[in-house]
Amino acid sequence: MMKWWQPVKRILPMLAVFSLLLAGCGREDLSVLRPQGPVAQGQYDLMKLSISIMVVVLLVVFVIAGYVMIKFRRRPGQTEIPEQVEGNFKLEIIWTVIPLILVLVLAVPTVREVFAFANDHSDDKNAVHVKVTSHQYWWEFDYPQYDIKTAQDLIIPTNKDIAFELKTVDVIHSFWVPSLSGKMDTNPDGTLNKFSFSTAKEGVYLGKCAEFCGTSHGLMEFKVKAVSEDAFDAWVASMKAPVEPIADQALALTFKNQCLSCHAIGDQGGSAGPNLTGIGSRETVASILLNAEGSQGGDPVVDNLKEWLHDPQSVKPGNKMPAPKDLGLTDEEIDGIAEYLANSTLK
Amino acid sequence: MDWLTTVDHKKIAVLYLLGGTLFFGIGGIEAIIIRLQLIKPMNDLVSAQTFNELITMHGTTMIFLGVMPIIFALMNALIPLQIGARDVAFPFLNSLGFWTFLFGGLLLNLSWFMGGAPDAGWTAYTPLSGTKFSTTHGVDFYTVGLQLAGLGTLIGGINFLATIITMRAPGMSFMRMPMFTWTTFITSAMILFAFPAITVGLVLLTFDRILGANFFDVAGGGNPILWQHIFWIFGHPEVYVLILPAFGIISEVIPTFARKRLFGYSSMVFATILIAFLGFMVWAHHMFTTGLGPVANALFSISTMLIAVPTGIKIFNWMFTMWGGQVRFTSANLFAVGFIPTFTMGGITGVMLASAPADFQFHDTYFVVAHFHYVIVGGLVFGLFAGLHFWWPKMFGRMLNETIGKWTFWTFAIGFHMTFFVQHFLGLLGMQRRVFTYLPNQGFDTMNLVSTLGAILMGIGVMLFLFNAFHSFTKPKGVANDPWEDGRTLEWSIPSPPPEYNFKQIPLVRGLDAFWKEKMAGHQEMTPAEPVGSIHMPSPTILPFVMSVGIFIAGLGLMFSGEQFSNSFMSFIFNNWIVCGLGLLITFGSMVLRSLFDDHGWHIELEELEEEGV
Ligand code: HEM
Ligand SMILES: [Cu+2]
Repeated sequence: MMKWWQPVKRILPMLAVFSLLLAGCGREDLSVLRPQGPVAQGQYDLMKLSISIMVVVLLVVFVIAGYVMIKFRRRPGQTEIPEQVEGNFKLEIIWTVIPLILVLVLAVPTVREVFAFANDHSDDKNAVHVKVTSHQYWWEFDYPQYDIKTAQDLIIPTNKDIAFELKTVDVIHSFWVPSLSGKMDTNPDGTLNKFSFSTAKEGVYLGKCAEFCGTSHGLMEFKVKAVSEDAFDAWVASMKAPVEPIADQALALTFKNQCLSCHAIGDQGGSAGPNLTGIGSRETVASILLNAEGSQGGDPVVDNLKEWLHDPQSVKPGNKMPAPKDLGLTDEEIDGIAEYLANSTLK
Repeated sequence: MDWLTTVDHKKIAVLYLLGGTLFFGIGGIEAIIIRLQLIKPMNDLVSAQTFNELITMHGTTMIFLGVMPIIFALMNALIPLQIGARDVAFPFLNSLGFWTFLFGGLLLNLSWFMGGAPDAGWTAYTPLSGTKFSTTHGVDFYTVGLQLAGLGTLIGGINFLATIITMRAPGMSFMRMPMFTWTTFITSAMILFAFPAITVGLVLLTFDRILGANFFDVAGGGNPILWQHIFWIFGHPEVYVLILPAFGIISEVIPTFARKRLFGYSSMVFATILIAFLGFMVWAHHMFTTGLGPVANALFSISTMLIAVPTGIKIFNWMFTMWGGQVRFTSANLFAVGFIPTFTMGGITGVMLASAPADFQFHDTYFVVAHFHYVIVGGLVFGLFAGLHFWWPKMFGRMLNETIGKWTFWTFAIGFHMTFFVQHFLGLLGMQRRVFTYLPNQGFDTMNLVSTLGAILMGIGVMLFLFNAFHSFTKPKGVANDPWEDGRTLEWSIPSPPPEYNFKQIPLVRGLDAFWKEKMAGHQEMTPAEPVGSIHMPSPTILPFVMSVGIFIAGLGLMFSGEQFSNSFMSFIFNNWIVCGLGLLITFGSMVLRSLFDDHGWHIELEELEEEGV
């Protein structure tokens, strides 16, 4: 008779190896398996618990199945009829009760965490409030406490709760920063989804839209940039500083007429398109063209801007921005505006 | 012609099999193109729009038109045989169910040629599926096509319920029914309760799109989240509608090839009923991230986890069926025993998903894609392959080649794990589902490559099966009644393929595994429950086909009723509802014909039966 702890002893190191493997997986700024904040950490702990229980179950099934298949294969010359067993009440009770217990073990922390994650900070004075609005296929971030708006790059201070209010202006999207927290949908019916997360670690985290929302769903990314509190205050200040206008008068007029009808820069312009204030300092252009000036490396901002402005549809199929060429802009004008925007950086 | 008018359940089974194979093939090709597009980052094999149409059609086709009819094929071929009946309860309806399904499927796939396939995902979430964001007729094809196909399924389900309740042979009590009959019974009951939900949902969405109603439009006072509830109240039971028949198949194949009766028969029945019941209670686990609030999330988390308990009972019962038996690894049984670990893996990720806070991370990522493919492919498709290899000789009177069968299993199984195992990790590393491409350097590249290669290998496995099927038709008909030698249930007591009337004399059932019981008592045949006599048969009829053509035309007419055609004649007949009306006229006309002319069928007389010498 095998001692009961023998299998346990064998399984434990396996589990340890397994969780190490999991922990080593993926990019720190993107992977669910490498949480960088308390919310993602809580979710990750739950995942570890469930996977551990489940791997044990799986091993039991594999071992029994393997044993049965090898031990009871039909040998040549075997003709006698095996005993026709009805079932076994005791055994059947055992494999009803054990799963029930396992489910209970998982259900208790699940319920606890469900309520833990439902705490909303929307009335918290110490939290930084951000209203997230999703559009096909870009993200708008509004900071009502500071009266600033930005797009694509969400700047947050470390060690503070960020209280989100999520809404959409068109279809359902889902706001997801894997290494900081699970996702939450942006609903079109006027109900605001609220949730919050925080991180202690400075860095740029990758965010994604997780709900299928049309052609460029897969390209609807964003970046969360966690900076120190001082740096955050400096960012707020520079977002509010007056923006240098375009030197060339004619070009400035074109920019105003054709671009600012939708976009805003500084205190001018509309809000149908992403806010462009400080776009030269962003991580990306259009959320997927990585800027060499950003933390992840890519092409110079100005090249990315030119690529976008010359043909927005080829970068993000189905997006709602009219091609500047169709608005009557010449190649020189487009390049001029690209240069201007690239230099429109935050101090 | 014979095939258009048949009402014989065995021929309708073949029709379902052909229809299912057609759509399964289409869905499979779509899958391969999807995987080829994702083979490397920023690939541009297909455009974003085409990709979205491909995923939508792949999901829709596979769930509604690919596996569903193959399940129905097996049910049709076997249920009357397993319960000792001469046909289903309503042969006319049976044929109608098939034709509406087929025309629904054809209508849906016509969209590829008529200006754009549906592109809002197989779940067609509003408002994305509304006319504002999905501007082609694609989603109209989805709503109307699925409505027709769903009608067929509902008709089929009701028919099986009636058949199983009323037409069991003497002695076949409920607790003596074969497991496949049991799961068919429960599945049909689920269809009866689940399909009306999608029917209503599709009607509402059709009204929104075609007639400008506002059920899901916020501006008009509608609620888009309502669609999600309606869809999943149907959608979650639907996944059990798919998996329960597979459970039934496995419960037939494993005992036969282990030469043992099913372990814990009554707990299997009980577990099936429990799964069906719980299946209706868990729909909102697809909606944890919509913001239902912690109370709803907690409740749906727990009810979902509970399903693991009856499922676990089944897994262990199957393994203990083999315990102490003499297991033969035929290709049918390879798929059946292969089912156990693969399906377990799918169930396990299901429990992980059920934990709502963790699901905030899993939801809408490749982890979910991996989960449901482990369940649907690793579970259901393995089950279907097991069933097809197992019952092929009964259905067609010809054996499938065992060597090719084994090759089918290994290529398919290995390809399957290559494709989907890595997808769990892709999801955890941050890859969302339904993306037409992804940026490089996120750690996704290698795994996507492996996944695509696996998909190709799976494709080869399917081709091998098709080859095997065609190959078998080069051989003469008429294998032994009980070609596996260890058949346990009634279908193995009659010739392969069965004669038109199935049983010359309705058998008397004396216990579970009726045929096995007789064999153990030293008999070669079942004891009859009636003397030989003339047999009443239903007449063939073209009406079901015509009715389905009628609603097919009406559906097209409805969809294009607002369209401006370049040709004024076309605009006239569509915009004035003439086409739509014409189609309905054909359908209702056939119904009237059917009611007015009583058809009493015909009889196979005693002498003919003797002549055939069966
Ligand atoms: C032990 C049994 C099962 C459990 C506990 C379970 C649980 C779940 C959960 C919680 C989800 C939602 C995941 C998410 O979207 O984040 C899900 C999704 C899904 N499941 Fe299951 N499931 C089980 C069995 C099945 C079966 C039998 C099938 C099909 C035959 C199936 C097919 C699917 C599909 C297609 C989805 C994806 C839906 C979508 O987002 O499009 N599941 N399952
Ligand atoms: Cu989106």
